[in-house]
Amino acid sequence: MEKNTKHLPVQHIIGFLLSIVLTLLAVWAALGSDLPVKWIIIAIMVLAVIQAGIQLFMFMHMTESASGGGHVPWNMMFHGFVLAAIVVAGSLFTMSFGFTHDHDGDHSGHGSHQEEQQMHD
Amino acid sequence: MSTQEWSTGPYEYRTQEGRMTILGFWIFLGAEVVLFSTLFATYAVLFGRTADAPLPGDLFEPGITLAMTFLLLTSSFTCGLAIHNMRAGSLKGLITWLIITLALGLGFLGFEIYEFVHYAHEGATLQSSAFWSAFFVLAGTHGVHVTLGIGWAVLLLIQLVQRGLNPVTSRKVFVVSLYWHFLDVIWIFIFTSVYLIGMVV
Repeated sequence: MEKNTKHLPVQHIIGFLLSIVLTLLAVWAALGSDLPVKWIIIAIMVLAVIQAGIQLFMFMHMTESASGGGHVPWNMMFHGFVLAAIVVAGSLFTMSFGFTHDHDGDHSGHGSHQEEQQMHD
Repeated sequence: MSTQEWSTGPYEYRTQEGRMTILGFWIFLGAEVVLFSTLFATYAVLFGRTADAPLPGDLFEPGITLAMTFLLLTSSFTCGLAIHNMRAGSLKGLITWLIITLALGLGFLGFEIYEFVHYAHEGATLQSSAFWSAFFVLAGTHGVHVTLGIGWAVLLLIQLVQRGLNPVTSRKVFVVSLYWHFLDVIWIFIFTSVYLIGMVV
C-alpha cells in the first residue's frame, strides 16, 4: 500500500470505471432491455451488490494490512448485513400475507375507495 | 491515552487511539446498515400503496436520477483520491480533492432538493400516501446524511488548514472518507431498488 502512494491510485481508477459501467448496465437492463420484470429486478439487485462490494473493498480500505489488520470489525459488519437482509426479506415475507392491493390487477381506478374497501375486508 | 505508537505506515494507523477510532467507526457503519435496512423494508412493504397520489413511474425521471448517481459516484472516487494524496503527504492535494468532493456532494444535494420540490408540486409529498411517506423518509434520511457529511468535512477542512497533517487530523479525514464512501453504498441501493425498480414496475 505505501509503495503505491507515489503512483497512480490504480485500484480507485479501476473501481470508479467499474462502478460507471455497472451503473450504465443496470440502467440499460431496467429501461432498455426486453427482459421480464422479475429478471430485471434480480439482475439490477445483483449489480447493486457488486457495486457496493467495489465501494467497500476498493475504496474503503477494508483489506489493507497497514493497520495490523485490526481496523475493520468483520464480525460486526457481517452481523449488520445479515440483520439488514433479515429485516428486508422478513418484512416482505410477513407483509405478503393479507396486505395485498389491487394495483397490479385492474388499473381502472387506484382510488381511495378501493383502498377503503380493503381495509374493511 | 494511546500507549502504543508506530513510526511507519499511514498516519491514521500510527496510534492505538487512531486504530480504535477507525474500528469504532466501522461498528457505527454496521449500525447504519441496519438503520437503512428498516427504511428499505418499510419502502418495499409499502411499494404500490400510492392511494390518490401520482405513481412513482410517472414522476421518476431517468435523467435526473442518473445525474445524481454519477455526481455521487464521482465524489466517492475523488474522496478516494483525497485519501491517496493524504497518504502521499500532500496536504494541498488532499484539500483540493476534498473540495472537489464537497462540490460534487453539493451538486447531488441540489438535484435532490429540486427533485423533492418538483414532486411536491406534482402532488407527491410526505403526507400524500403510504408509498410517498416511505419514499421521502428513505431518500430524505440519505439526503440528511449527505448534508451532515458536507458540514463535517467543511469543519475538517478548516482544521487541516490550521493544523496540517498529523496523526489526529489524518485519522479524522480518514473517518469522514469512510462515511462518504458509505453514503455512496446506500445510494447505490436507493438508485437500484427505488428509482430503477420504480421506473420498471
